Amino acid sequence: MSAPFLWIIAPLFASGFILFFLRNRFASLAGGTFSAALSLVALIFPMDVALLVGPFSVKISPAIQILGRSLAFNPAQGSLIAAIYGLAALWFFGVHASGSANRFVPLGLMVVALLTASIAVEPFLFAALLMNIAAMLALPLLVPLYQPPGRGAVRFLIYQTIAMPFILFSGWLLAGVEAGPSEFGATLQAGAVLLLGFAFLLGVFPLYNWIPMLMEEAHPYVAGFLLWALPTFTIIFALGFFDRYAWLRSSPQLFSAIQISGAVMAASGGLFALQEKHIGRILGYAAVVEVGLLALALSVKSPNLTDIVFLLLIPRGLELAIWSLALSIVKRRVYSLRFSELKGMARKTPLAFAALILSHLSVTGFPLLAGFPPRLALWRELAEQSLTLSFWVYLGLIGLLAAAMRTMAVFLMAKENDTWEWNETWTQSVMLGVGVIGLFLLGMFPQVVQPFISGLPALYQHLGP
Amino acid sequence: MTLEILSWAAVVLILATSAVILANRDWRLSLGALTLQYFAAFWLITRHLPFVMGSAKLITGWMVVAILGMTKLGLSAEAEENAPTFLPRGQWFRLILFAAVALAAAGATPRIESGLPGLGLQVIAGSLFLIGAGMIHLGAASDIFNTILGLLTMIAGFEVLYAAIESSLLVTGLLAVANLGLGLSGAYLLTAGTVALESEETL
Repeated sequence: MSAPFLWIIAPLFASGFILFFLRNRFASLAGGTFSAALSLVALIFPMDVALLVGPFSVKISPAIQILGRSLAFNPAQGSLIAAIYGLAALWFFGVHASGSANRFVPLGLMVVALLTASIAVEPFLFAALLMNIAAMLALPLLVPLYQPPGRGAVRFLIYQTIAMPFILFSGWLLAGVEAGPSEFGATLQAGAVLLLGFAFLLGVFPLYNWIPMLMEEAHPYVAGFLLWALPTFTIIFALGFFDRYAWLRSSPQLFSAIQISGAVMAASGGLFALQEKHIGRILGYAAVVEVGLLALALSVKSPNLTDIVFLLLIPRGLELAIWSLALSIVKRRVYSLRFSELKGMARKTPLAFAALILSHLSVTGFPLLAGFPPRLALWRELAEQSLTLSFWVYLGLIGLLAAAMRTMAVFLMAKENDTWEWNETWTQSVMLGVGVIGLFLLGMFPQVVQPFISGLPALYQHLGP
Repeated sequence: MTLEILSWAAVVLILATSAVILANRDWRLSLGALTLQYFAAFWLITRHLPFVMGSAKLITGWMVVAILGMTKLGLSAEAEENAPTFLPRGQWFRLILFAAVALAAAGATPRIESGLPGLGLQVIAGSLFLIGAGMIHLGAASDIFNTILGLLTMIAGFEVLYAAIESSLLVTGLLAVANLGLGLSGAYLLTAGTVALESEETL
């Protein structure tokens, strides 16, 4: 058996089966169980090593050939794949509880499979094409057939499509720069094209306007899933660029540009969230802040760079999943997610309210929650390099914290005679409960993610310690 | 020599079709121009890629045109009547903008050719015209159909240039899938909102 078949082709077939034969809870359970199984296999069975399972010898070969090119996993990527499919399982198990469309699970699984292919494809530059195709697959999720498409969805499509040529060209230009690194003009061109490509992919300031729009137009759970999946794989893709091209690692201008854009995203996202009155859009701005933090993590000159990046990525999936699920549950009971509609909702959906606030606080880096340890690690590295940058990040997180306080105040503004009700279903309660426990677990015992990230520095030999 | 002349003819065809797509608001004319544009792009692509690989791009492009055309035909007459078919001010603005971009592209072509010899003046010029026209179209478009046309034009321009530097079968295949995906996404977005919500199942 080969790894690309197991983690790319099999999920594509499974998604086809779920799309045509399963509905509602069964689709959610099947997608979640399948992803969890893939995650466990990635965690238990090392690639390219023969293992005896009872009377059988099992060996997962890391590569296959397709159209003259290869899809090849690095054996050290097992823990990364386990983390990705583990988080995907969490999203899929929550689909039924969130009330998302039936096609979320199959299309979501296809998106994850294609994005997983993007970390395996050789030459790795072709990942840009797979990401573009994955973004297109997500469109039917974002825009239901009965609803006219909004500006956010259209801009999402435009930006993700424009990014692809930039990335492909930059790879070609970078190869030229590697051959003759002394040519300043060529390095400048390659750097600019590369940055533009990633700016479109990640939604770097000011190209992130589609994110809050999308959070307002689309189902929160679907939009949250995309805000988790696409930036996660884009950051992994960016790490690959830094690892492969020595010129990128040694360019102070490029690192400055990434640092500044990261700080601007963190600060502006937080400040925009502070003045926002739509809790879906607040999630969008929180996702922008997180991408800003990831950009800053990419730019720290530290031997712990990969550790910090992955330490940020793993809790991010959990935070966004719980936040989006809580928003979906609240949205089913109100006309819109504007503050004016949400007064006193804490008494109608208490568990969703608690999960929403805790995940929001986790994104701000509140102590004891999942977001705290990675932010602390990032802050320590940043503070050693630039106090100014640390200040801007601090400002952004303060903005997010203030937004959390405002949200809490609105949810608690109940009339005196309103009674407390428990309107969440048991599935929703279990999902939210498990998620909240996970937030505390990752916050108090961050070493639980160690099995997932311990082997990852080996993937990026030039970035690791 | 004949090949050179034909390639320049393809560049002229690209210029003309891009201008038609930019200036008019009749979707039938736009799709007709896009069909011809794909033929011109195909010709330039085959300067560097084998005929079969170029044909794959041509067929994919025409399939996208067919998808968009069928979708437009299927939309209600009412929706079409409401759509603006003629925007006088926008029309001239876009044409003048395209002329400026075309001039800039024509000026940049020899410089790029001297920096990257072997690509061919026609390939570079055709590619830059398409990318420029696509970007203008994206900037000026306010509706989904024209946005998709802009993206398709821009991607076609990129493909013409990328074919000269990358001949991988996998890239050709993935670009074809991306083009088809763009066409299908456009068709889906055009249809979205025209279907009534009937049951929980359609959610």
